Amino acid sequence: MTKQIVVPFGPQHPVLPEPIHLDLVLEDERVVDVIPSIGYIHRGFEKLVEKREFTEYTYVAERTCGICSFIHGMTYCVGIEQIMKIDVPERAQYLRTIWSEYSRLHSHLLWLGLFADSFGFENLFMNAWRIRERVLDVFEQTTGGRVIQGSCKIGGVRRDITNEKLDEMAKGLDVLDREMQELTNVFLHDATVKHRLRNVGIISRNDAYMTGAVGPTARGSGVAIDMRKLGYGAYGKLNFQMVTDSCGDCYSRCLVRSKELFASTDLIRQAIKKIPDGPVDVKVTGAPDGEYFTRAEQPRGELVHYIKGNGTKFLVRSRIRTPTLTNIPPLIKMLQGCELADVPVIVLSIDPCISCTER
Amino acid sequence: MTYLTKSPWIVHYDCSSCNGCDIEVLAALTPVYDVERFGIINTGNPKHADIFLVTGSVNEQNKPVLKNIYEQIPEPKVVVAIGICATSGGIFRECYNVQGGIDKVIPVDVYVPGCAARPESIIDGVVTALGILAKKRQAMQEGGSTTPAKAGEGR
Repeated sequence: MTKQIVVPFGPQHPVLPEPIHLDLVLEDERVVDVIPSIGYIHRGFEKLVEKREFTEYTYVAERTCGICSFIHGMTYCVGIEQIMKIDVPERAQYLRTIWSEYSRLHSHLLWLGLFADSFGFENLFMNAWRIRERVLDVFEQTTGGRVIQGSCKIGGVRRDITNEKLDEMAKGLDVLDREMQELTNVFLHDATVKHRLRNVGIISRNDAYMTGAVGPTARGSGVAIDMRKLGYGAYGKLNFQMVTDSCGDCYSRCLVRSKELFASTDLIRQAIKKIPDGPVDVKVTGAPDGEYFTRAEQPRGELVHYIKGNGTKFLVRSRIRTPTLTNIPPLIKMLQGCELADVPVIVLSIDPCISCTER
Repeated sequence: MTYLTKSPWIVHYDCSSCNGCDIEVLAALTPVYDVERFGIINTGNPKHADIFLVTGSVNEQNKPVLKNIYEQIPEPKVVVAIGICATSGGIFRECYNVQGGIDKVIPVDVYVPGCAARPESIIDGVVTALGILAKKRQAMQEGGSTTPAKAGEGR
């Protein structure tokens, strides 16, 4: 039997923007087992619900993660609105959908960049992040914040976007589409990139399903799960095709995210066309009494917020289950049997967001 | 503002930030903000670094990691605390697993406020750090040491 050695990976590692520690058990160059350990970013803010009023907690929920912050805030608000039976105005629903899709664009472009960096294509990383700045500019113009927006509140949204601005955004999407087309061409058709990603980190459909993969990780293996199909916000009134691929390797996951970029711009265009006029918020009185599970689709997969109130200003319990947490068991499955040099690419391919995972 | 003859390299570590500041640190390196024009490169190896950027607040688990990275950076070095979490704990201050700003573990030279800190203010913080770095380097050349406990280590 070959001698086994353990190589530590992380918490501080050049390809990881965030700390996670993996103990890689190697036989020669081959990874035979992986032992993850987490806890470097645990803050424990779910307990803050006891110290912050339920209206203020929106901003804490938003800071679960700086990449998909808007969707976290929105999911929490939806939960409270369902408990208190608040009817959110139509226009606010559409605005939430538009901002959610911009978040997805921002997150996927960010991921494409980091992914390029993980296989050593730094120029591509720079280009992806250059394009991403266009999305952040839209966020800054419409909400005032680049990565943390704070524009969602219980009962609607905090500010409206004028119809002129919406038209301008629609025009901006054409430019964005063109640039993203150029970018994703490199990811999907460049021979060296393809060589690096094809048949690396394979997970079968069954394994992906059984280990609880969600989001693009699951869809890359052919498991068609997308919470947007539940029709929350304005998604029920918009048309979109779920993107799936059947190979289950790093290339498939890259393909799914690349195509989702264009699905997102399409959704934003539809929403801008259909958005009705009207108020963007309703007055909220009283306090939540009851419990609710909210499911929403984050850029990384299914997000679940559980909240429980007892009729006072302070909630009793908040629990957040984030997509990366459920994507870690599939990751371990993918890593078993791979080459040591492919580890960074495979780890990045699930789009890990550790600050979500550990909360 | 000061001019250096050497290119300062940075190392970045995420203590327990929400990611917002981390992606802004990375955004500062990319074409729109482009700190490489100042000769600044993000390195993964603390032994190559001069400037230590830290985001997020400390807890029991990441304290030793933070300390370890800090000690591996050769003298002279400067530490920049990015975002309100690294400064004082920010919105998560009252959480049970947050012990406060990073200055509880390592000495901090520059504090950059904001939640999340904007790339412009991060660049401003790093440029301020360059001035402090130049002073520390000069002090070292004149024979003194900037941090007495670690005199002469690493260089």
